[in-house]
Formats: sequence, C-alpha cells, structure tokens
Amino acid sequence: MADESVQGENSEVDEETSDLNPEEDSKKDVGRDILDVLEAKFPGSTFDAEAFSNFEDELSITLKPDSLEEVALFLKDHEIFQFTMLVDLTAVHFPNDDLPLHVLYQLFSIEKNRRVRLKVRLQEEQSIPTVSNLWSSANWMEREVFDLFGIDFSGHPDLRRILMPDDWGSHPMLKSYPLEGKGERVYDKPQRKEIGE
Amino acid sequence: MGVVEGKFNDNFITSKVDSLVAWARKSALWPMTFGLACCAIEMMASGAARYDFDRFGVIFRATPRQSDVIIVAGTVTHKMGSAIRKVYDQMPEPRWVIAMGNCATCGGPYPNYAVMQGVDEIIPVDVYIPGCPPRPESLMWGVMQLQKKIEQEKFIRK
Amino acid sequence: MYEIEETKSEIQTKTVTGADELVVNMGPQHPSTHGVLRVILHLDGETVTDLDCDIGYLHRGTEKIGENITYSMFIPYTDRLDYIAAPSNNLAWVTAVEKFFDWEIPIRANYIRSMVGEFSRIASHLLWLATHALDIGAMTVFLWCFREREMVLDLFETAFGGRLTVNAFRLGGLEQDVPAKFLTLAQEFIDIFPSRIQDYETLLTNNRIWLQRTRGVGVISGEDAVDFGLSGPLLRASGVNYDLRRAKPYAAYPYLDFVVPTGENGDIYDRYIVRIEELRQSVKIIQQCLEQLPDGPVSCKTPRTIKPPVGEIYHSIENPKGEFGFYIVSDGSETPYRVRIRPPSFVNLAALKKLCVGGLLADVVAVIGSIDIVLGECDR
Repeated sequence: MADESVQGENSEVDEETSDLNPEEDSKKDVGRDILDVLEAKFPGSTFDAEAFSNFEDELSITLKPDSLEEVALFLKDHEIFQFTMLVDLTAVHFPNDDLPLHVLYQLFSIEKNRRVRLKVRLQEEQSIPTVSNLWSSANWMEREVFDLFGIDFSGHPDLRRILMPDDWGSHPMLKSYPLEGKGERVYDKPQRKEIGE
Repeated sequence: MGVVEGKFNDNFITSKVDSLVAWARKSALWPMTFGLACCAIEMMASGAARYDFDRFGVIFRATPRQSDVIIVAGTVTHKMGSAIRKVYDQMPEPRWVIAMGNCATCGGPYPNYAVMQGVDEIIPVDVYIPGCPPRPESLMWGVMQLQKKIEQEKFIRK
Repeated sequence: MYEIEETKSEIQTKTVTGADELVVNMGPQHPSTHGVLRVILHLDGETVTDLDCDIGYLHRGTEKIGENITYSMFIPYTDRLDYIAAPSNNLAWVTAVEKFFDWEIPIRANYIRSMVGEFSRIASHLLWLATHALDIGAMTVFLWCFREREMVLDLFETAFGGRLTVNAFRLGGLEQDVPAKFLTLAQEFIDIFPSRIQDYETLLTNNRIWLQRTRGVGVISGEDAVDFGLSGPLLRASGVNYDLRRAKPYAAYPYLDFVVPTGENGDIYDRYIVRIEELRQSVKIIQQCLEQLPDGPVSCKTPRTIKPPVGEIYHSIENPKGEFGFYIVSDGSETPYRVRIRPPSFVNLAALKKLCVGGLLADVVAVIGSIDIVLGECDR
C-alpha cells in the first residue's frame, strides 16, 4: 500500500458514509475529531485512517514507526482525549505484504469512555520503540509480542520470553511456523507396568 | 517391605498376606494435587461436600513426599514437562499415576506445538479417565479402577 | 531421558543488613498459586524485596488454533480459557463475531444471555471466595461456597448439558430454548442465595483475623491501577467506577437496573467487599431477568457458513475477572485470519510486583488470591 494523501482517503470514507442515516453519520464524524487534531499537530505522520464499522470506537489510525512515540505521548497527555489506559498490544503477521508485521495498540480513555486503535507496520527485523515508559501495562504485553512474533522493542527494560520456554528458538505465531510445531521436544516413552508385576 | 518383596511362592498364606497389604494400600490412597487446568476444578468439586472423596480414604496432600498417587488433571505443556518429571521422581514407591481428562490422556483438543500429547510421554500412567472435563463421578470411577488394579498386584509373592 | 531445564532470574543484590538475599521459588506446583504459576521471590528475612513471575506453563496455543478452524468451531475453545466462568467467555466471542454483521438478536435470547452471564459471575466469585479464604486459612468457607456452586452447575447442566465447559451460546442467539425446569431452579436458587451470602459475611467480614490479614495489604491507587491497565473488581476497589455493563451495554443490560460497587482504599479487604456486593447485585439482575423475560424465538436466521466481511473489530465484555476482549481480523473466509484474546488475568497479574514488594511473604499468597487469576486465560 503506497503512501497516499490523507485528503483522498477522507473523501473515500465520506462516500461510504453517505448511505447511512444522518444519526450514524454524525457518530462517524464524532470519531473524526481525533484524526483532525492529529493531522493538525503531526503533519505527514498518518498513512490512512480506516473506520470499519459505525461504532465510533473502531477508529483505527495507521502511523509511521518513527512518529509512534510522540503521537502516543500526545494522546495520553491531551486534556480533552486523555487516553490514560493501554488496553491491548498485539501484532498480526501478513507474510505477503511488503510491510508484513503490524503492531496494534488499543487505547482507552476512562474519563471520556472512548477507544482508538493505533497501528504501526514494520518490516522483518525492524525494531520499534517501547511504550512501557508511558503505560506500565505495556511491559508484559511487549514481552509477549516479542516471544510470539519476534519483534524487538528498543528501550524495553526486560525483554525476554514470557510464554514459551527460554530455549524454544522460534516464534510460534508467525504464519510460517506450522501448527504442530517443528518437533522441538522429543521424549523417550517410559515403560508401563503390567498388572501383576 | 523391600526385604520380603518378591521372595515367596504363590500359596494360600502368601496370597492372604498380599490381599491384606493391597487392602491397606488401596483404602488410603493419598493423591497429590496436580491440578493444571479445567479438570482441576472438577477435582476440587469431587473433594467438596457433594461428591465427598474423603469417604474413600482420599486426602489431598500438597507435597509429593507424602503421597501415593498423582492425579494429573489438565493440559500438560512442554514447559511444564520438566516440573512433572521432577515431582514424579520425588514420590516414594509404591506410586501410581492417574491421567484425568482428555488433555492428560492424549493432548485433548490441542494438537499443536505447545502441548505434550498425553502425559504418558514422560511418566508411566496406570489409569486413564476420559472426559472434558470428566464429571466427579468419573473421577471416582477412575480411583475405583485403580483400587482394583492395586488388588491384583503381587507384593511378597514372586 | 529428558533434560530438566533451569530458568534463572538474573537479579542479585545484597540487603541492607549485609546478609545475602534468599531466593525462594514458589514453584509451578503449589497449592496456593491457583494453577501453574511460578513466582521467584527475593527475600530479606520475611520481607519481599523483589519478585519475578514466570508464566506460560499453560500456554496451549489457542490463538494459533483459532486461525485454522471456523468461527462456530471456536466456541468450545473459548470455554477453556476462563474455565471457572465458561459462559462469559462464550458470550464475549459470540457478541464479538456478531459485531461484524447486523443481525437482530431476539430479545429473549439477550435476556437469557444476561441471566446465564450473571450465573457464571456468581459461580466465579464463589470459587474465588472458596480458594481465597482457603489460602488465608478459613476452611469452612470452601465447603459452603462449593455447596452453592454445585447448585449453579446443576442449572447449567439442565440448560446446556455440561457442568463446567458448557458451549452455551451460538452465533445468532441460542441453540434451543431453555427448559422450564431451568427457570424454576433459577428462582429457587435466588430465593435462598442472599441468606447464604449473609452466612459468608458473618464468618469473614468482621473477623479479626481476616481484617488483620487483608486490611492495608496489597494496596494500589486509582492512577496506578489505570496505568497498569487493570480492570474488573481490582480497578473498582481502587475507587475507579468503571464497568463495561454500564459503559458499553451488551445483551440485555440496557434494560436492567443495578448498582456498580466501588471501594476506596484498593487493598485486599476492599476487593473482597466489592466482590461480595457484586454477588448481591447479580441476584438482583437475575430477579429482573426472570420477571421481564419475554416470549419469542431464541435465535435469528443466520447463513449456513459464517463469512464475515474483510476487516477487523475489537469487542470486550465484563468478565468476572475484568475486561475480556477479542480482536478479530477477518479476510473474508470462513476461518479467522487472526484471533487475539485480551486476557484480564494476564494484565492484572503484571501488577503483582507492585502489590507485593515491601510486604511479607505470607501476604504474597493473599494478594495472588485477591487478584483472582485463572491461568487458562492468562497463558491462553
């Protein structure tokens, strides 16, 4: 997906919304204010914004990896938005894309009861700065993404495996890893005692 | 017990002694709590008031040094395998193993990289109890089957 | 035969008195860790100076399995995540997938979903109270709570056929209507249950030993709770009034009236009070559901193969443990492309270090009990 102008993307989304009734249309516009503020403050940082459904908390904003830190800090400390909780941090692997690893951040504001999703697209072996200094909940979640996908988070205080054994070797959630595993563990089956022995 | 084990021929007296020893062993089976996943909740329920396990002589011990049988209740992952082996090695003889539930028997619904396909890959199992999770009555049936197995064991007979 | 692997924790410091620290392993097989959790404690006498959690002993690869089976086939796997309150997990998955479509779920199905969700909340809190009190030393509460829990499991068995892992809901409603016996048993249960809650409170709430072990222990403030991403009774006991049943109502919660209990101090005692009060509110909700239950169908018309449009959604509900969510990426086929489970126990457990460091060794057991973790959901 190439880098297109944000104007064009907005007008594409506006065409979709013209079929909906005006009440839901205004709901979609209410979700737009985050996007407008971000565009005003960080020109050029957002690739595109997809709002999949009519729910306003399904707004998903794709960012360049370099601008992640400042956008996250801005959203967390903003007086109006106040996204003080990081609810989820995960990754998805699209092996056929030219930017195959997508890291997702699900933000939530308790005071305003709003959610937004930030997405960063990386190449293999590319590292991304950590957000565990902004939200402490990111500490374990980034360890899990490292464990299962192999994404490196620079600046993380303690990046090691959390779910798999330390010497597992591969990253299981990548699409190239088979479901049955690669036979990392082989045991000698013990002999069973027969009745009467 | 080790001095007289397996030394005598099979006759009326030795078989009566053996049945006495078997009765003593099967009536006071002390399992070790090895609840790993969902089956552990059914194991706890079978120890509670409705399906009382205490009337079988079963008292749950938390330490392997004082237990006779280990009930492996739940999914065994590869990461947990070393812990199970360590704990099984610490149990004194005579010891038995009950594999409770589908996951401990054959991997259950998880045929993937992280799950050991049955706990019998790493320790020898005496009784398998199917179910996902098995009802407390099934667990009691399993313990009774183990009791029948113990009755047929030979201690002082060759 | 098989190599026993050792995982070491790399923190090594000397204590204030000059003596060496003691590193104690609270291993994966332990009666009080509520499953297979391993905690590596650094102790100075009885005081905890550092703590490291080692999880992953129950990692079963559920998310990877979700990429290979269809949406309906995944419902039994969600049962095994939080195996204590299985219908709640089913509800989360089913409402998440229904968010892709715009089906009209019948109102009777929504009421039954709410009712069964509240029964699973009761079952979960009863087991929490039983094991938590057993860890701290009160054995009677264990047997009393299991007596009530058996009644709730009887209800599940009447309606769905299974006690623990129920596979309760389907995409589009329920599979079949609940039998009349379910409604009479439910009414009997909520007639006697409030007096049973009073029994538990008589044993524990003003008990001197209970107060000494739980007051002022494991305290976390409201801002720290939000920073750590906590949710559920853990967050509410620290003073933050947030409940997904109120903030983003699902199923029949828009029509039901209940109070969301909150605490003040954020210690173990407040979490206990919040959960006991949630039991009472659940009884109130179930009473309203039984009174307002309308007649009608229990399932809407759904296509034979479920193929959501291309896209991604995130949906979460209020599990007994906290905010339990699903993030689903769909590529238009009948199997999901990516299933991500947002586990409340995993996120809540990350705050264990903050809650325990500086306290005593005996408090670690009490704190683990009060966080209310289920390793099946934490490790997935």
